[in-house]
Amino acid sequence: MDLADLTAHELLTLISKREIAPKDVVKSCIDRIERCEPLIKAYLYIRDPEEIINSVREDMPYSAIPIAIKDNILVRGLPNTCASKILSNFIAPYNATVIEKLKEKSFNITGKTNLDEFAMGSSTENSAFGPTRNPWDLERVPGGSSGGSAASVAIGSSIWALGSDTGGSIRQPASFCGVVGLKPTYGTVSRYGLVAFASSLDQIGPITKDVTDCALLYSFINGHDPNDSTSLNVEPYRYSPLTGDIRGMKIGLIKELLVEGIDPSVERCIRDAVKTFQDLGAIVEEVSLPHISYSVPTYYILAPAEASSNLARFDGVRYGFRAGGKTAEEMMSNTRGEGFGPEVKRRIMLGTYVLSAGYYEAFYLKALKFRNLIAGDFKKAFERFDVLISPTSPILPFKLGEKVENPLEMYLSDICTIPINLAGLPAISIPCGFVNNLPVGLQIIGPVFSESRLFEVAYGFEQAMPFHKRRPQLGGNTYGV
Amino acid sequence: MLSIEEVIHIERLARLKLTDKEREIYRNQLNDVLNYAAKLDEIDTSNVPPMYHVLPVTNVLREDIPRNNFSLEDALNNAPLKEEGFFVIPPILGGEE
Amino acid sequence: MEYEVNIGIEIHAELLTKSKVFCSCPVQFGAPPNTLTCPVCLGLPGALPVLNKKAVEYAILTALALNCKINRNAIFHRKNYFYPDLPKNYQISQYDTPIGVQGFLEIETSKERKRIRIRRVHLEEDTGKLIHSGGRITGSDMSFIDFNRSGVPLLEIVSEPDISSPEEAKEYLTNIRDILVFLGVCDGKMEEGSMRCEANVSIRPKGSEKLGTKTELKNINSFRAVERALQYEIDRQIDIVSKGKEVIQETRHWDEKNERTISMRSKEEAHDYRYFPEPDLVPLEIDDAWIERLRSQIPELPEEKYERYKDLGLTPYEAKLLAHDLEMSIFFDETIKLYNNPKNIANWLLVDVTKELKDRNKVITQTLITPQLMTELLTLIDEGRISGRIAKEILPEVIDKGLSPRKIIEERNLVQITDVSELASVIEQVIKENASVVEEYKKGKEKSFMFLVGQVMKLTKGKANPKLVNELLKKTLG
Ligand SMILES: [Zn+2]
Repeated sequence: MDLADLTAHELLTLISKREIAPKDVVKSCIDRIERCEPLIKAYLYIRDPEEIINSVREDMPYSAIPIAIKDNILVRGLPNTCASKILSNFIAPYNATVIEKLKEKSFNITGKTNLDEFAMGSSTENSAFGPTRNPWDLERVPGGSSGGSAASVAIGSSIWALGSDTGGSIRQPASFCGVVGLKPTYGTVSRYGLVAFASSLDQIGPITKDVTDCALLYSFINGHDPNDSTSLNVEPYRYSPLTGDIRGMKIGLIKELLVEGIDPSVERCIRDAVKTFQDLGAIVEEVSLPHISYSVPTYYILAPAEASSNLARFDGVRYGFRAGGKTAEEMMSNTRGEGFGPEVKRRIMLGTYVLSAGYYEAFYLKALKFRNLIAGDFKKAFERFDVLISPTSPILPFKLGEKVENPLEMYLSDICTIPINLAGLPAISIPCGFVNNLPVGLQIIGPVFSESRLFEVAYGFEQAMPFHKRRPQLGGNTYGV
Repeated sequence: MLSIEEVIHIERLARLKLTDKEREIYRNQLNDVLNYAAKLDEIDTSNVPPMYHVLPVTNVLREDIPRNNFSLEDALNNAPLKEEGFFVIPPILGGEE
Repeated sequence: MEYEVNIGIEIHAELLTKSKVFCSCPVQFGAPPNTLTCPVCLGLPGALPVLNKKAVEYAILTALALNCKINRNAIFHRKNYFYPDLPKNYQISQYDTPIGVQGFLEIETSKERKRIRIRRVHLEEDTGKLIHSGGRITGSDMSFIDFNRSGVPLLEIVSEPDISSPEEAKEYLTNIRDILVFLGVCDGKMEEGSMRCEANVSIRPKGSEKLGTKTELKNINSFRAVERALQYEIDRQIDIVSKGKEVIQETRHWDEKNERTISMRSKEEAHDYRYFPEPDLVPLEIDDAWIERLRSQIPELPEEKYERYKDLGLTPYEAKLLAHDLEMSIFFDETIKLYNNPKNIANWLLVDVTKELKDRNKVITQTLITPQLMTELLTLIDEGRISGRIAKEILPEVIDKGLSPRKIIEERNLVQITDVSELASVIEQVIKENASVVEEYKKGKEKSFMFLVGQVMKLTKGKANPKLVNELLKKTLG
């Protein structure tokens, strides 16, 4: 067993008992980076190993637990490319609020992880710097857009990581890589310093090996930020040890998310999970959310619309890549034409179109109405249920290149995660089974601010069915079950 | 069906220089997505209010206190071209906006 | 044919907040380029806006002063267009829920008193500044950008096309300027760009229902330019129409140097700003309590001052001059509390004090004269202790040094001579030395009398009481 295979809370316990030295953990992760990174390519930038080791401080336990940061969250002094040519030479001149919070605890950053360009995608194939591979099967994608962060945690090249989730970008790669990922309630984690994709949907969240780590890391990054107007001024979540007691809890299984094009083996894992919950004393019933099937078209209007505006600032004037051009306008168009990759351009075109004169009402405004209907469905469901469950992804990790040619098909596979962002709710993805050695994820959804409840439900499941203890062979060890 | 002229119009609005090949690809792919989005016509939403924000918050305001801790170096460090504290770009042609 | 003119005016006023509208960068003029910037106003990736409360309050104050209805739920929109001085390539502005709507402003011209409807008052952010190395937009080698101005709060005030002459336009503009200045929300300096103006102009045959095709006038950088640019454009349009041709809808620049408007290159594409609600900001909820608190902070505005001054007995001309000058009117109002002759104060302030201020290029609050000193000076005249001429002579010292007029005249022995015997001997001397003039007077030349009075004043260095000199001289000459 390597230290890189343990969870943060396990390592913290070992350190506090002085069974291991803080630097040993960091060295184990660096060793893992050196062995696995050439195959996985989870990172776009890795800090100098010496520096990472020297950042460990005896008096600051979290400095011993390496963390990887998705390359769309600004860390002052480090590159921030968003996996795009247009930011290929950009060095972040300030820290995102979440990074400020982590620095207070002397968190030790390993580097910046790969993603679909500007977080647009579900496979991390849309990176200008090449795809990341799934540690469970190198032929397959790790999911996306936080594929780098999820793969890194799965393989142990970091102990935990931050990702961002606009339509499933934390949960779906967590599911594909067999780790835990939380998309928090909209407004609980500051977006300041997260490169915006779709402002009304984006949220930063933790990707970890188990639920306890997830709760811990979330407790460090959540809380009000005066620099983000959409950050809520509410009592922040504080970590307390989880019990996993879910007896009497009412769980709703979302009917609509078990039909459309779901892989039968995924459905089997979810049915098994229902049984587990029942065994744990919870009451599980099916629930219908009638408008949820409209989530994908709603999302693929709203998100590109906001993105088309958010990405307008990348114009070669003040930072980033600049193409040639005789006039300012020509330079700007060339910069954007050459600097953005195909998926980003596709979404900018789509978003520009749906906002343009004559189409606003037919597309954008209508999508906002559906957003209301979808959020209403959830509100109603939570009158009867404490949490809702569904698969995180209706399909298993697919092969690289398999869906590149057909964007719409790729979009449709986001059906389970997208509605949660539209409604601003928290949801966690945890491993709930394996099919042909490929992980399957279970999504647990709660009403706003119910993160602690989600952690309890997830922890209860995790204790009963410890799929989270499996590690990909590639790391060099099998450990646990 | 989106016409090539429309694609070029959007491309201009978005300041994206595309190749002919890209235009053709995007024309088809955008059509696929837009046709799919027509699914939203299945339900009459004329009485549904649009949801602009999921947050139940209003009036997030800042006091008018000036503060500046971002240096000129921070501002200009990433500039592709700069001179005497200014960002420098190719000349503007054809007036405003 | 007779034509009717329709002018609508769009004003952009920079608000006098200490910090920018969506970030904490200081609002300040003349700082070295890009030193007043941060991730937010530079449009760096990841930066987010947070709204300045003061800017909102200034917008509400102005909207109230312009008789607008306040939108209880106002939201911000993104106005999307690409231009290198606009860092995010969208401007945070307001669209269908501006802070104020449906207001009006009354103006008074030589012809009539009239109400100009105000369509909207909204809050938005300013852009950076582009400097072209060639000094002109076209033909320069490179362009330079300074983002210090980026994010300075701007108030946009849009009128309906109710203005029907250049004179009215100027009146409207100066009235708005004065209101902004009195409210303390903008310094109103058009020449320095802190207040900018665009106008749309159209003409139509008198009596016609439908508005004519409008042109948009830009680059009007002074109050003087407003009237002339509009007059030029109206004449140009009348000329076109009377030749049977049609006015083209376009944007035209006022060319100050050559006194004409010129067409900007017609755009290849129409504007499509793709407005949508700004997801990075939450809605503004403006409740009654907030509105009433702000309403109570509105000071007396020029219009009310004008009416009050007329009631005090000033001529409309005097009342208007005073009412539209913030500093002077405050000085006036303070002085009338101490000295009960408004007409006299107004006269002194508008003539003598104004002249001295003009020489010094200062406003009254930048000098040392106070309402107390002004009152002292006027009282000395009333008491006959000094003549008006002496008062005018010592005025500069009161203005520059803040000295007491009473002390000045005592120290320099400038008190009026009212002693009859002292004056009689001076008169005696004047008659003796000007025998021929006395002769002429006796033959009926009235002017000669004034000359003799002047001589007496000269010999007494202006200290003689002119009324007394008149009486004594007449008596002596029989
Ligand atoms: Zn700033």
